[in-house]
Amino acid sequence: MATKKNNTIKLKFDSTRNLAPAPESKSAAKIEPQYDLFINGKFEKPQNKKYFATINPATEEKLSMIAEANTADVNKAVVAARTAYDKTWKKMPPAERAKYIYRIARMIQERAREFAIIETLDGGKPIRESRDFDVPTAANHFFYYAGWADKLEYAFPNRRTEPLGVAGQIIPWNFPLLMAAWKIAPALACGNTVVLKPAENTSLTALKLAEIIQEADLPPGVVNIITGAGTTGAAIVNHADINKIAFTGSTEVGKIIQRAIAGTNKKATLELGGKAANIIFDDAPLDQAVEGVINGIFFNQGHVCCAGSRLYVQESVFKEVVRKLKDRLETLIVGDPMDKNTDIGAINSKAQLDIINKYIKIGQQEGAEMYQPSCAIPKKGFYCRPTIFTNVAQSNRIAQEEIFGPVLAIQSFRTDDEVIEKANNTPYGLSAGVWTDKGSKIFNLTTKLRAGVIWANTFNKFDPTSPFGGYKESGYGREGGLHGLNAYVNII
Amino acid sequence: MILTKTIPDFSLSPHVDQVGIEERASRFTKRSIKNETKLNGLMLALNMIDLTTLEGKDTEGKVKQLCYKAQHLHDSYPGLPTVAAICVYPSMVKTAKTALGNSGIKVASVATAFPSGQAPRDIKIRDTKYAVQNGADEVDMVISRGKFLEGEYNFVFDEIAAIKEACGEARLKVILETGELVTYDKVRKASDIAMYAGADFIKTSTGKISPAATMPVTLVMLEAIRDFYYKTGKKIAMKPAGGISKSKLALHYLVMLNETLGEGWMNNEWFRFGASSLANDILMQLMKLRTGVYQSPNYFSID
Repeated sequence: MATKKNNTIKLKFDSTRNLAPAPESKSAAKIEPQYDLFINGKFEKPQNKKYFATINPATEEKLSMIAEANTADVNKAVVAARTAYDKTWKKMPPAERAKYIYRIARMIQERAREFAIIETLDGGKPIRESRDFDVPTAANHFFYYAGWADKLEYAFPNRRTEPLGVAGQIIPWNFPLLMAAWKIAPALACGNTVVLKPAENTSLTALKLAEIIQEADLPPGVVNIITGAGTTGAAIVNHADINKIAFTGSTEVGKIIQRAIAGTNKKATLELGGKAANIIFDDAPLDQAVEGVINGIFFNQGHVCCAGSRLYVQESVFKEVVRKLKDRLETLIVGDPMDKNTDIGAINSKAQLDIINKYIKIGQQEGAEMYQPSCAIPKKGFYCRPTIFTNVAQSNRIAQEEIFGPVLAIQSFRTDDEVIEKANNTPYGLSAGVWTDKGSKIFNLTTKLRAGVIWANTFNKFDPTSPFGGYKESGYGREGGLHGLNAYVNII
Repeated sequence: MILTKTIPDFSLSPHVDQVGIEERASRFTKRSIKNETKLNGLMLALNMIDLTTLEGKDTEGKVKQLCYKAQHLHDSYPGLPTVAAICVYPSMVKTAKTALGNSGIKVASVATAFPSGQAPRDIKIRDTKYAVQNGADEVDMVISRGKFLEGEYNFVFDEIAAIKEACGEARLKVILETGELVTYDKVRKASDIAMYAGADFIKTSTGKISPAATMPVTLVMLEAIRDFYYKTGKKIAMKPAGGISKSKLALHYLVMLNETLGEGWMNNEWFRFGASSLANDILMQLMKLRTGVYQSPNYFSID
């Protein structure tokens, strides 16, 4: 009879990562050497003729040159959007608007593979995720809001609605196409026109979307997509003829936007940072909870505003959960995002990698215990091993500040009240996760946790029909579902 | 060999979340297995097969044929491994043992009133002893599902322990018949009972009930094996049976095994496929890898 001590037993997973390469083909997607601004239905050169490079974070190779829009370009886009709003889009019968949105959805589906490849090349996320999540979910958002366009009177019973006008939309680099879909689809369904700016690191899929919008024959000016960095974004926020700002990004920039639009009659929805608590009780299905934690923090390299970056485990199962987590980490494949077997791809940019590494150092200095799996990572490109910290204190910076990378801070807890208090002890409030087999416990926690989305026995589930948004410094306003319409109409 | 010291309260077996386990199982199917990984995987899968015939109409002639096939899977492809074992009814054990000689291929025999298990314990023990005395290297028993579903866990536990004792040196595979247990929670509980009662293998199905093996059910059992290993230090083998007839699915199972239990289980001592038609599908895939074209099924002997 084997009588080895528990702590000497360990499973070996060395062979898991030695799968033969299974790369997706780059040639299935066409990337132009240079992209211009999409204004009034046409691609136009920026007025100052300035372009900047966009690179593949997995290889550090240049993919294309992107136009940089200045204030004059932004103005041109806003004028085009205003004209389109007044002359065509506002007056168009809603059922006709729906047809255009539906057509965009269909065309995204038709070109799903191309979108997935470009999303992965430009952003570093694994092709499995862009293929199975980003692109299909983006198409679904257009399908969903196409359906609402002519049913707004049912969304707001006994009330009349009117569109807001021109929406200025600024989106982040973590889900470039999906965030564009989240923003554009409800705006168009409600009868608004759009000036959208993708993040400067990841403009390519938004520009591909512009090509689709052109082919779909959307009236010129209804959607304008302009590229550039912070100053371009500021020009949109500060433009006098914009009625609504929709922003997804950092809390810091969110605060700047709030200051900028204070005293104007611009409406705003802000979807900002997060530091979500994932809570595992001792009666939870542990293996599935561990899988949920893995998906919660390592999905998209942890570049997810609702990532479950804090883990609270009830103390009686703490050791077991940490052991299971470590075993699971050993089977994650980190590497070339274009390989179909890759679980964790490249960090989006050098700057973000520096931030993550800074926090990993801080965590160690704070006395937390770090664990990383033994996997090799490519020499070129921006990569970070999945990282977990145990022995973390609530006061540690790694438990308080948003890292936006594959770094998990684990703490234990004893009672329900304690974990509720700790989970709420953060300036953020975007999401949370609860893992227990007991329904009553789920309801107790979901009513007391201050977070916009709370998942029970799952994590990072998204659906166009479900609203998404934050409490506290995670922003305000809801995107998705019926609630998402609210942000783009005046209710009369 | 009962781990008396560590027998847990089986009513406290961990729960399984249906949505979560099915999602995890489907994730393994997203792995893209290519080139040398595919070749190695197919060879390994072939080597893990318990080539099975469990029909009322089985004859000695049929079993002899199967035993020959087990040793000569496809002679036009040199260097192929053999299957792991031949799985037959107790009455055919002697025939199989003689036919296989010293090929190294094991003889597994179902026993304990297979497939229903509806017989008194002394008959089940005699059934088992008969198989072992005739030379069975492995015994595939069925649990009393009726008793299990009634909540008579001690009965099920004692029965497995008694059969284990009757097996002597033969390795015991305990068939849970997961298709009749229905829920993942029950599969997990039955797995725990079987392992603590002395099973060497836990096995999903008889192949007579639908659904037979599925990936999520197998994953529940692999996770039970993992937890048991960490608690006791004892390795338990796994055998999904029934419903695995395609190479691609077999490779998905191997990915799941590799990522759940690791390398220690990636051989036919610790993992088996209970299947009859899987072997030929693997052979066809191997020939495709070697020649670049698919060949007609007519080129592969059916048994």
